[in-house]
Amino acid sequence: MIKSNIKLLVLSFLLLISLRPLQSAEMVDPIKVDWSFKGLTGTFDRASLQRGFQVYKEVCASCHSMQYLSYRNLGEPGGPEFSEQEVKAIAASFEIEDGPDSQGEMFTRPGKPSDKFKSPYPNVQAATAANGGAYPPDMSVLVKARKGGANYIYSVLVGYEDPPPGVTLDDGVYYNKYMAGNKIKMPNNLMNGLVEYADGTESTVDQMAKDVTTFLAWAAEPELEERHKTGVKVIIYLILLTVLVYLSMKKIWSRIDTEI
Amino acid sequence: MSEHEYTPKSKAGKWFNDRLPLLTLGAHLTDYPTPKNLNYWWTFGGILTFCLITQIVTGIVLAMHYVAHADLAFASVEHIMRDVNYGWLIRYIHSNGASMFFLAVYIHIFRSLFYGSYKSPREVIWIIGLMIYLLMMAAAFMGYVLPWGQMSFWGATVITNLFSAIPLVGDSITTWLWGAYSVDNPTLNRFFSLHYLIPFLILGLVVLHIWALHVPGNNNPVGIDIKKPSKDTVPFHPYITIKDAFALLVFMIIFAGFVFFTPNVLGHSDNYIPANPLVTPAHIVPEWYLLPFYAILRSVPDKLGGVILMFSAIFILFVLPWLDTSKVRSAVFRPIYRQFFWILVIDVLMLGYVGAMPAEGIYLVLARVGTIYYFLHFIVVMPVVGYLEKTDPIPMSISEPVLTGGAEPSLARKVNDKV
Repeated sequence: MIKSNIKLLVLSFLLLISLRPLQSAEMVDPIKVDWSFKGLTGTFDRASLQRGFQVYKEVCASCHSMQYLSYRNLGEPGGPEFSEQEVKAIAASFEIEDGPDSQGEMFTRPGKPSDKFKSPYPNVQAATAANGGAYPPDMSVLVKARKGGANYIYSVLVGYEDPPPGVTLDDGVYYNKYMAGNKIKMPNNLMNGLVEYADGTESTVDQMAKDVTTFLAWAAEPELEERHKTGVKVIIYLILLTVLVYLSMKKIWSRIDTEI
Repeated sequence: MSEHEYTPKSKAGKWFNDRLPLLTLGAHLTDYPTPKNLNYWWTFGGILTFCLITQIVTGIVLAMHYVAHADLAFASVEHIMRDVNYGWLIRYIHSNGASMFFLAVYIHIFRSLFYGSYKSPREVIWIIGLMIYLLMMAAAFMGYVLPWGQMSFWGATVITNLFSAIPLVGDSITTWLWGAYSVDNPTLNRFFSLHYLIPFLILGLVVLHIWALHVPGNNNPVGIDIKKPSKDTVPFHPYITIKDAFALLVFMIIFAGFVFFTPNVLGHSDNYIPANPLVTPAHIVPEWYLLPFYAILRSVPDKLGGVILMFSAIFILFVLPWLDTSKVRSAVFRPIYRQFFWILVIDVLMLGYVGAMPAEGIYLVLARVGTIYYFLHFIVVMPVVGYLEKTDPIPMSISEPVLTGGAEPSLARKVNDKV
């Protein structure tokens, strides 16, 4: 009876947490991609992260900020792992406002690895005004901030279509199969051959969408690889300890006539 | 009990113990006679203590890095996740720890309901436990506000607005709670202060909870009074400590699974969007552990009525020991009540499910049926069933029927199978 009770409770609990995604039935389910960072031991594809950063820098960064990332993150383990020289060069390619200096004046200087990613607009209002009234969201944690995560971001990037008959769109509004409400103010920015990948990979829309999504997934969860690695060790340790404690328990309770 | 004879062996120990009998307390805790037939449902007290300590320790570290300001809170959480050494681990333990805490407390509460642990002479343990549960809900709600994401902000708005349903003074009370004319920086600041305070109040109540428990001693799956100490009991250490440790480790494996492999599955993705008073999320939902009460709240078309019903759903539990008319504690020997118990479990799970759904159509109907049944269970089923039910025969002691095999071996076996 106890066993069936446990089963019932576990099942009900799983049911409770698994039924929540049913909330939005009106949306098309995002495409399921077999990401390398999925699963218990998932890791990021280093080359894909580096390409993804290139797509972000050349395409996304003109509108989207990533204010919680620093250039040094690009060289840290578990990320794109650019070399120290590359990170310095990337940072130095941006003009960063600093100050005030001893005269009280603000000044600009080349970026350093410790600087945060430079935002394209000075504030949310400026970003909103420059983009037809739709704020291009900061992308630091975007993958965690959307239901469906990486699959959803990838799906939106490849989900642009001509609107079905009967749907009229205002100027500056585009039709996207996977976006909630199907209307999106971000134009379809990806087209085949848009960026020239340093590693010679062919830059198809699908490839760029996958690469930049991988990059965004890392940006949202830079700890992912360490988390997975530590998690496997922690769980193995806990299981071994549990077995030892179980055997000790059996031994101790063998002095008593009651079974446990 | 043995602590009366306890004298420390060393001279220094005796000197200290005569002035502050901490060693006597330690001896009492290790020797504490515990029923030997406690099953694994009884291990959640220890698990909950672990949860509380984990939350306090991780919380103190998080507070060293967190900034309670509307403009900085979200960024400070990202700072913890990215720049603080193992900040991601500490925060994920804390956020998932809240869910694990509630999972354990619900099992603990339903165990009490099944085995009649709330009944005489344990009413005060039960009531202190409910006070802990209330404080846990307050702490969890305020903690969820701290990251200052969209769900934080709008959850806080919905819950604090409940107080505006109070006639005449409602709006003034709400403004007073906010410290502003909407949920804003003063609200965040005071929620942080209270969120830091409440766990220590809980800790104090936990001490009282355990103290009150040690007066009558543990209930047990058979639900009968036992002589302490006797052959029906075992000393708390090592028998119960090792069993609690085993159960805790199994619990920790599940806990670690959430923390390391799906740390955000119990949260809402909208809470990674910074709070924006101008944009309302499509669905405002509380954390999963508050959903049954949210369903009750929304099942009533009238705001004040909903608020009253929601609070009644919790406060009715305080009078439970006096609503239950049965003299038999354990549902093992209560064939009718046992079935109603499982209906209540399913009812509460269903309320939790519809609490996550939009309040319309079939979900609203289910919420209303579930709410009505919830109250019927306590107001009608418990007094009436307790009065009418013909209970199964109860063994005289935990070990005697088993040991002697005497009077009714079939009964003994039956009892053993059930518990």
